[in-house]
Amino acid sequence: MSRTEELLSEFAEIVSSPRKQLNKYLAQGKKAIGCFPYYIPEEIVYAADMVPFGIWGQTGGTINAAKEYFATFYCTIAQLNLEMGLKGTLDGLSGVIASPMCDTLRPFTQNFRVACPQFPFIFLAHPQNRKPGYGVDFTVTQYTNVKDKLEEIGGKSISEERLKNAIKVYNHSRASRRKFVELAGKHPEIVTASQRNAVLKSAYFILKSEHTVLLNELNNLLEKAPVVEWKGSKIVTSGIVLDSPSLLDIIESNNIAIVADDVAHESRAIRIDVPENEEDPMKALALQFAAQDYDTLLYDPEINKRPGYIVDKVKESGAQGVVIMMMQFCDPEEMEFPALKKGLEEAGIPYVRIGIDQQMTNFEQARTSLQAFSDILSMQK
Amino acid sequence: MPEIEKVPAKKKLGAVADKVYQNAWDAKERGEKIGWSASKFPAEIAETLGLAVCYPENQAAAIAAKHGGKRMCQHAEDMGYDNDICGYARINLAYAAGFEAEEKPMPQPDFVLCSNNICNCMTKWYENLAKMHNIPLIMIDVPYNNTAEVDDDHVTYMRGQFDDAIKQLEKISGRSWDEKKFEQVCANSNRTAKAWLKVCSYCQYKPSPFSGFDLFNHMAVVVTARCKVEAAEGFEALAEELEQNLKDGKSTWHYEETHRIMFEGIPCWPELQALFKPLKEKGINTTAVVYAPAFGFVYNNMDEMMRAYCKAPNSVCLETGVEWREGICRENKVDGILVHYNRSCKPWSGYMPEMQRRFRKDLGVPVVGFDGDQADPRNFAVAQYNTRVEGLFEVMEEYTARKGENSK
Repeated sequence: MSRTEELLSEFAEIVSSPRKQLNKYLAQGKKAIGCFPYYIPEEIVYAADMVPFGIWGQTGGTINAAKEYFATFYCTIAQLNLEMGLKGTLDGLSGVIASPMCDTLRPFTQNFRVACPQFPFIFLAHPQNRKPGYGVDFTVTQYTNVKDKLEEIGGKSISEERLKNAIKVYNHSRASRRKFVELAGKHPEIVTASQRNAVLKSAYFILKSEHTVLLNELNNLLEKAPVVEWKGSKIVTSGIVLDSPSLLDIIESNNIAIVADDVAHESRAIRIDVPENEEDPMKALALQFAAQDYDTLLYDPEINKRPGYIVDKVKESGAQGVVIMMMQFCDPEEMEFPALKKGLEEAGIPYVRIGIDQQMTNFEQARTSLQAFSDILSMQK
Repeated sequence: MPEIEKVPAKKKLGAVADKVYQNAWDAKERGEKIGWSASKFPAEIAETLGLAVCYPENQAAAIAAKHGGKRMCQHAEDMGYDNDICGYARINLAYAAGFEAEEKPMPQPDFVLCSNNICNCMTKWYENLAKMHNIPLIMIDVPYNNTAEVDDDHVTYMRGQFDDAIKQLEKISGRSWDEKKFEQVCANSNRTAKAWLKVCSYCQYKPSPFSGFDLFNHMAVVVTARCKVEAAEGFEALAEELEQNLKDGKSTWHYEETHRIMFEGIPCWPELQALFKPLKEKGINTTAVVYAPAFGFVYNNMDEMMRAYCKAPNSVCLETGVEWREGICRENKVDGILVHYNRSCKPWSGYMPEMQRRFRKDLGVPVVGFDGDQADPRNFAVAQYNTRVEGLFEVMEEYTARKGENSK
C-alpha cells in the first residue's frame, strides 16, 4: 500500500467510527462539544482545550424517537441529530452548540434543548445583517455568550492567546482543505469521490491540528503525482451534505470526478479565513462570519449573487456540469433553486437535480439520473 | 335632525383593509414608489415616511381563501419552486412573476421590506422578489431568541438596522424623517394594538359574545393597517359592539356553545367553511387564537418597540410560546385544543408536538392535531379533519361529564 493509500485509509477509518474518535479523546481526559450546522465558531471550542465534534445528521440512520418531536416534513439532518441525542449516540459530549439558521433548525434548537437536557445547551443565533458594524458587534456578543458557556463547562477561562492560536490552527486547516479540494479535483484517478468525502468529513471528528498534519502530507504527495488525463466527466457538487456511501459510489462507478464543490458540509464551511491582523480575536471571528457569502442559508445583501459564483466555480475548475443534491424539505436550498437553475441555463452549463435525504435506502432513481447525466457530459466533451 | 346610521364595525374594518390596497394603487398611479412588506416588518417606518405598502402574506391568504391558491402554487412550481415551500411564498412569487390573481390584485413593488421575525423563509422569498424586479430590499433581521427576555444586545442590533432602514427609505420616498409624525404613527399603532387586544379579550366571557373565527377575518386589518387611526377606530367600534352583545346576551356565534377551544396555528384559508362546519355542528366555539398576542404590539418607547418586534410567534422560545398560549387558553376558558400541523409553516409546526404534551399536562385539556396547509388545498383532507374534530369533541364531552361527576 502506498503512503497515499495509507493516508486515505486513515481518513476513511476516522469517518467509519466517530464514536471511536470520541472515546479516544475522552480517554485522554478531553471534553468534546457537539457542533450542529451551521457556521459554529469551532475556534472557541478548540481554544477552550476541548474537541469540537461536528454533527451533521447520520447518513443511513433511522428516525424513531425524534418522531415525538417532529412531523414528517422536516429535514432528516435535524431529525437525526435529535434522534442521536435521544438514543445515546451523542453520550460523552460535554455540551452542544446549535444555531437556528433555518426554519427547521429554529424548532430543532428548542426540541433538542428540552428533549436532551443531559447536554449543556449553547444557543447561537447569528445575525443575517452580518456585514455592517452593528452586525459584527452583534456576532461578537453572541460568540461571547458561546465563550462564556464553554468557560463554564471547561471550568477555566479562555485566554486571548489561546484564541489567537486556535485561529491560526483553523486558518491552516482551512487552507489545507482548500488545497486538497483543488488537488483531489486534479487527481480523480487517485482520490475517489468517497475518499474525497472522507478526507473532508474526517475534519469534523478529529482535532484540526492533527487533521492538518495528515492532510499536508497527503497534499504533498498529490502535488508530486503526475497529471493523468481524466477520461470520465467532471462535475461541481452543490447542496448541504453529500456523504452517502451509495451516492458517492454511483458517482465513482460512472467515472464522474468531483473537481469542486458548493456543499455546506464541505467547501462552504472552509471558504473564509479569520483575519489574523485583527487585534481582538472575538472580533476577528465575527469578521470572518461577516465575510461569508454565496450560501443559501445566508441573506445576500447584493441579492442572489450565488448563481454567478457557482457558474464561475464550474469554469475555474474545468467542470462540465453541476450535480445539485437537493436535501428533502430544505427550504433555503429549494428557494434558491430557480435562480441557480436560471444562472446555469444562461451560462449553458448542464445540471441535474437529485433529491436526497439521510434515511434514503433506494438509490435507483439517483443512479439512473447520474448515469444519464454522465452520458450527457461525455457527449459534450 | 335625522339620525346617522351607525356603520357596523365589520364593514368599517373591511373598508380599512380595502383602503390600504387602494392607497397603493393610487400611489402607483401618481408615479410614487410602492412597497411590499412582510407582515411583521416595523410598519411604523414606511407609514411615517408616507410610503404606500402592500402585504404579500395578506394577499396570499386572500387569494387562497378565494380558492386561487392551488392555481398560483402550481404556477410557482412550474417556475422551479418546490411544492415543499411555504404556500404564501409560492402564491406571491407567482404573482410577482406576472401570473394574475383577480382574487386580490395589488400593484407590483418598487421596493420590498423584509423582516424574518416570522421565519427564515421570508429572507429568501424577499431576495427572490428583489431579484425578479431588480428593486431594493430593506432587511430587518430579527435573530431567533432562546430566552423569554429580549436582551440589550438584540435591541442594539435592531436599532442599528432601524436607522439603516430609515435612511434607505428616506432615499426611496424622497422625504425626510419626521420625529413628530413618527410619534403619531406609534400612538396609532399602540391604539390599534390595544383595541385589537380588547376585542380578543371578549372571548373570555361564557358564552362568548362572538365567534372566535371572526378574528381570522379581522386579522387582515391588524396586519395591513395597524398604524392607521381608522384601524384603531374600527377595532374600538367592534369592541363596543361586543360589549353591547354581552349586555344583550347576543353573539355572532349563532349556535349553542357546548365547548370552547383554542385553534392553534394559521387557518387553512382555502377551507374555512370546511374547518367551521364540524365545529358549528357540535357547538364548539373557538375562543382562543394565537393571533391575539401575536399582533398585540404595545410599546412605550423605541427600545420597547424593538423588543415588541422580536416577539413574533416563531421568534420566541418554546417556553414563551407555551406561556402565551396557555395564558389565552386559561383566560378564555377553553376545554380543548385543535392543532393545525401546517405543511406550509415549518417553524410553527416544529414546536407543536412538544407544545401539545405541555398543554395536556399544564391545562388538563384534550389536544388533537390535524394536517393542513394555510394556502395549498392539496395538503388538507376534510375526512381526516372531521374525524379529528369528532375525536376532540368526544374527549371534551367525557372530560365535562367527569367534571360533573366530581363536582357532585
